[in-house]
Amino acid sequence: MDNQGEIWEVFIQSKPGLAHKHVGNLHAMGEEMALQNARDLYTRRKEGTCIWVVRHADIFSSNPEDSGSFFDPSDDKIYRQATHYVMPEGAKHI
Amino acid sequence: MELKDALIQYSLRIADSSLILGQRMAEWCSNGPTLEEDIALSNISLDLFGQSRMLLSYAADLKGNDESEDTLAFHRNEREYFNCLITELPNGHFGDTIVRNFFFDAYCYHLYNALKESKDETLAAFGEKSLKEVTYHLRHNSEWIIRLANGTEESINKIKQSVIDIWPYTGDMFAMDEVDELLIEKSIAIDLNTIKSKWNNTIKEVFERANLEVPSIDVYMQTGSLKGIHTEHLGHMLGEMQYIPRAYPNMEW
Amino acid sequence: MTDLEKFNDKIANNIKIEPKDWMPDDYRKHLQRQMSQHAHSEIIGMQPEGNWVLRAPTMRAKVILLAKIQDEAGHGLYLYSAAETLGKSRDTYIEELQTGKAKYSSIFNYPTLSWADMGAVGWLVDGAAIVNQVSLQRTSYGPYARSMVRICKEESFHQRQGYEIIATLAKGTPKQKEMAQDALNRFWWPSIMMFGPHDADSYRSSNAMEWKIKLESNDALRQSFIDKTVPQAELLGLTIPDPDLKWNEERGSYDFGEINWEEFWNVVKGNGPCNKQRIKHHVKAHENGKWVREAANAYAKKQKEIKKAS
Repeated sequence: MDNQGEIWEVFIQSKPGLAHKHVGNLHAMGEEMALQNARDLYTRRKEGTCIWVVRHADIFSSNPEDSGSFFDPSDDKIYRQATHYVMPEGAKHI
Repeated sequence: MELKDALIQYSLRIADSSLILGQRMAEWCSNGPTLEEDIALSNISLDLFGQSRMLLSYAADLKGNDESEDTLAFHRNEREYFNCLITELPNGHFGDTIVRNFFFDAYCYHLYNALKESKDETLAAFGEKSLKEVTYHLRHNSEWIIRLANGTEESINKIKQSVIDIWPYTGDMFAMDEVDELLIEKSIAIDLNTIKSKWNNTIKEVFERANLEVPSIDVYMQTGSLKGIHTEHLGHMLGEMQYIPRAYPNMEW
Repeated sequence: MTDLEKFNDKIANNIKIEPKDWMPDDYRKHLQRQMSQHAHSEIIGMQPEGNWVLRAPTMRAKVILLAKIQDEAGHGLYLYSAAETLGKSRDTYIEELQTGKAKYSSIFNYPTLSWADMGAVGWLVDGAAIVNQVSLQRTSYGPYARSMVRICKEESFHQRQGYEIIATLAKGTPKQKEMAQDALNRFWWPSIMMFGPHDADSYRSSNAMEWKIKLESNDALRQSFIDKTVPQAELLGLTIPDPDLKWNEERGSYDFGEINWEEFWNVVKGNGPCNKQRIKHHVKAHENGKWVREAANAYAKKQKEIKKAS
């Protein structure tokens, strides 16, 4: 069995309090190697406080075909945006 | 022996080990078993060079005159180098490198952990900084020991042989002389006898997880580094490493 | 709208194409070829610089060079990752490199013969690559564009370290200056060849421009590199080895001499000074690592089974 290992997606939290952000992926054999490889590859410039690695195969993604039915229905719900509301002149802290 | 001379000598020993192992690890560049591991091996090399620079500069400052990290790295001969023998052993195959580094990482881990408390400020700061790096190296190489020793029949045989081949060079890491004595008395240096049992325990723990046998302590050990007596390998390394400053003396690069 | 119309619409409106989107077969193939070639170049490019890492003349130079080569490994990795989203594995790409089916930048088939070459490689080769990569940050394929953004950010120090080396030598002893000039003499023409054939002779560029994979033509990129680099050489008192090089007031650019295309095509076809050596090195490292990868895979498999059972 000669290959480069499974693909792992890497998420890095750059500062405490921030969300983990997807930064890319890599190959590794097993989770410990994936974690170490992520550290060695994606934090060479002091870029992190926490790393998540996830098997690429375990990610279940929506498809471009779904995008109409998934995302368009929110188009007309502008009442979910704060800017939708008219505030009386002079109202503060709201 | 003057305290200053002892301190210079002690710093050079640690600096030289980092430098020579760093140079060995740099040989892996573009030769790693995977691209990811290639990058990891370079990271280790960069950490080691960083460590060595810190103490070479310290030794140069203590020496005074026009000494610098570069004069010390590039203008000393084999007999003036004091790195542990184990650090100059050739990389061999990947398993040889991992075993060599693992033995040395475990040693550095306990040494630097103790050095943090040194009465010498620079050595204490060095211990503090380097401990973090070497903790990661130890983890990285321990995991590889476990992987290779539980992998395929080929890898299991290879790693067992690496352990047998490299073990006789571990004794040299714990050798001490009057330099150590003088500095231990001043709470500057670390008594390596106290490190040895901790080192043994680390080896035992990881080897247990790896299903590897720890070789007998009765094996005849190679020594010599304290007196600058090395394997034949070091001369070739220095020949390559020092080529430019030796061929073109007194120039800035 | 048909798939093709949707695709063309996105390209026209500068909306990135993502891995799961429909794309024309030729678009996919072109990207696979270009991105893997780009990845291979980063990886093979480690060798000519690796040739000097053990011989770097100062501790500072040593760590800088090693960090730079390591970055290149990282950049190759980002690019393989991006290229894998097109449905081909890294193993396959590597096999194509080793069997000669895939190419890499011809510049890396030239030998690095002195320390000054580390300067020339950083200054000229990375300089040329950066001109190309900055433009590729806007390429139409999302994963490619994203990896380019990351690479450009990380590469900002690469060209500067090369120029610093050359500048130090140019201001050094006569021997050092000679070394710098010699490196420039050997690397100048191969560097400007890096941008590929003239637009008129480049049979592949056309579609790539339409699809916005490539945003600027070979000749435009080459010209921009030359215009930037000539004053940098002059500042150091070095001479570009091209007797026809002359400022053209009207164009606001430098005119330059004819490129030796016979040499270019020969190096591309595998006849350069180091083609065989570079691939041999790669194959050897790959073969030496085989037992390690097999062992790690076997161990990972065992661990997975243990986890499942518990």
